Amino acid sequence: MNFNQVIAQYSWDNVKESIYAKTAVDVEKALTAEQVSLEDFKALISPAAEPFLERMAVQSRALTLKRFGNTVQMFAPLYLSNECQNICTYCGFSLHNKILRTTLTDAQIIRECEAVKVLGFDHILLVTGEANKTVGVDYLINAIRLVRPYFANISIEVQPLEQAEYELLIQEGLYAVLVYQETYHQEEYKTHHTKGKKSNYEYRIDTPDRLGKAGVHKIGLGVLIGLEDWRADSFFNALHLSYLEKNYWQTRYSVSFPRLRPAEGLLEPKVVMNDKQLVQLICAYRIFNENVELSISTRENAAFRNNIFKIGITSMSAGSKTNPGGYAVFPEKESLEQFEIDDSRSPHEVAQMIQSQGYESVWKDWDKVFNL
Amino acid sequence: MLAQPFKIGDKIFQSRLFTGTGKFSDVLSMEKAIEASESELVTVALKRVDMRNENDDILSHLKHPRINLLPNTSGVRTAKEAVFAAQLAREALETNWLKLEIHPDPRYLLPDPIETLKAAEELVKLGFIVLPYVNADPVLCKRLEEVGVAAVMPLGAPIGSNKGLRTVDMLQIIIAESKVPVIVDAGIGAPSHAAYAMELGADAVLVNTAIAVADDAVAMAYAFKLAVQAGRLAFEAKLGSIRHQAHASSPLTAFLQD
Repeated sequence: MNFNQVIAQYSWDNVKESIYAKTAVDVEKALTAEQVSLEDFKALISPAAEPFLERMAVQSRALTLKRFGNTVQMFAPLYLSNECQNICTYCGFSLHNKILRTTLTDAQIIRECEAVKVLGFDHILLVTGEANKTVGVDYLINAIRLVRPYFANISIEVQPLEQAEYELLIQEGLYAVLVYQETYHQEEYKTHHTKGKKSNYEYRIDTPDRLGKAGVHKIGLGVLIGLEDWRADSFFNALHLSYLEKNYWQTRYSVSFPRLRPAEGLLEPKVVMNDKQLVQLICAYRIFNENVELSISTRENAAFRNNIFKIGITSMSAGSKTNPGGYAVFPEKESLEQFEIDDSRSPHEVAQMIQSQGYESVWKDWDKVFNL
Repeated sequence: MLAQPFKIGDKIFQSRLFTGTGKFSDVLSMEKAIEASESELVTVALKRVDMRNENDDILSHLKHPRINLLPNTSGVRTAKEAVFAAQLAREALETNWLKLEIHPDPRYLLPDPIETLKAAEELVKLGFIVLPYVNADPVLCKRLEEVGVAAVMPLGAPIGSNKGLRTVDMLQIIIAESKVPVIVDAGIGAPSHAAYAMELGADAVLVNTAIAVADDAVAMAYAFKLAVQAGRLAFEAKLGSIRHQAHASSPLTAFLQD
């Protein structure tokens, strides 16, 4: 059984309704539960939990400290290509957007690696659009081979692949794959992904299953907040996480919380999540799952990021460029970027901020010797 | 008054408190806490250090004549990966001591007994001083002893949980039966837990999270040092046995004296 069959047993509307029907009593129960269940998670993300935010934050912080200590893992995205055959209503790389398209050559990838390495990073996230002819598995294998000498830990955020293709990439030293469902609402998903391979909801939702079977070290999940009701979407993401943990128990998991940001040719978000609600969601995940890695990107502003890692976040990007070649090859071509970042401080500045609050920024927490 | 020193392999240790290097707020507080603990054996995750860099931030703060490094294989999922990582560590860090940790489950970080036994056997043959992290399984500890490990490191509770000696019944069997030193690792969340482990007769304890995430890591390290010493002294001085009934002032068998 894959997750597609699991989620088929749920009704979006019933789930949404049950979340909004949660009461303060349910929240109280969730906050004192020995084992926090998915029903408890619903209570924690419900409107009824809003008055409990400070208590949730205290609990989330204590759990995070116990499991992850006074540390924040640092990583940087490295965009390899903005070519894309998909039409996605919210993405700057969407096919119909008339922007310059580029895919980095070998020499350009190496220049970017050198530039990112100088910033201090040892964990790298390779990002592409979906253009199978130019950025297919062969391109990715080649890219990992080029990148591997520079970094201890390599992740990708690219189009969904077949299990056998993931196995090839893992052999090359791939550690993690981030694949966000964007929304678990099937009809809404189809309105946002109108053309290209990404329009296949079922193929995307079963991608983490293929990754688990391929034996990847880490899988990153997430929904794009702004497309649909974030509470219902987050419940399904948590359900997905629980399902994966039981089925692929040797894999570790991370969850991200991207809120829709302005990008070229983009629709306005349907749903706006405020900062308090994002904190609520992060705390709810931590109370629900002590071990899951929670990640925040430079989509969020500096003031928010300066505080959120003390409440539950365990990894952060910094100084990110979201355009291919953004670090060294085309530093001036911001028109190529996927979305505007909000925290433009350098990695060094972010690390100093982390240190000033009694936390250590961790640059290396993996070693290529572990990828046999 | 000092507790008896003890030996693992050919090394004599004065301190029975072993420590770790993870989760500290910075390398300086790590260094100071380890100093306050007087620990002589400090474990360090291979994945956290740059073995190829002499000036690695963590390693450079562990250069002290008292401190022996105990590289650990945290992050590996199989015996094969562990053996490979161990060989690189030996070369780079110039020590054949190894804390063998194989926990393919990234959530509870519970050790895989099958892969651990396989790796231990091979690593001993390759000349390593192997200290395996294991569940509190007395039979597994004997099997590991038979393949030649230098000590066993059974857990008190899931790592990082601070729950104390939840496996106490099994630990007592391991301590009673083991011919190699027993180091209680994982789950020790308070100095009282460490003292209890020592009172039971454990040879040493390894403590990381409880020290690293304390508000004052240095004071907590010192507290653990004292607790370990107290617990060991109490063990050596022989604790009175626990009585579940009071002694009757008029013994029931007194009539037999007449």
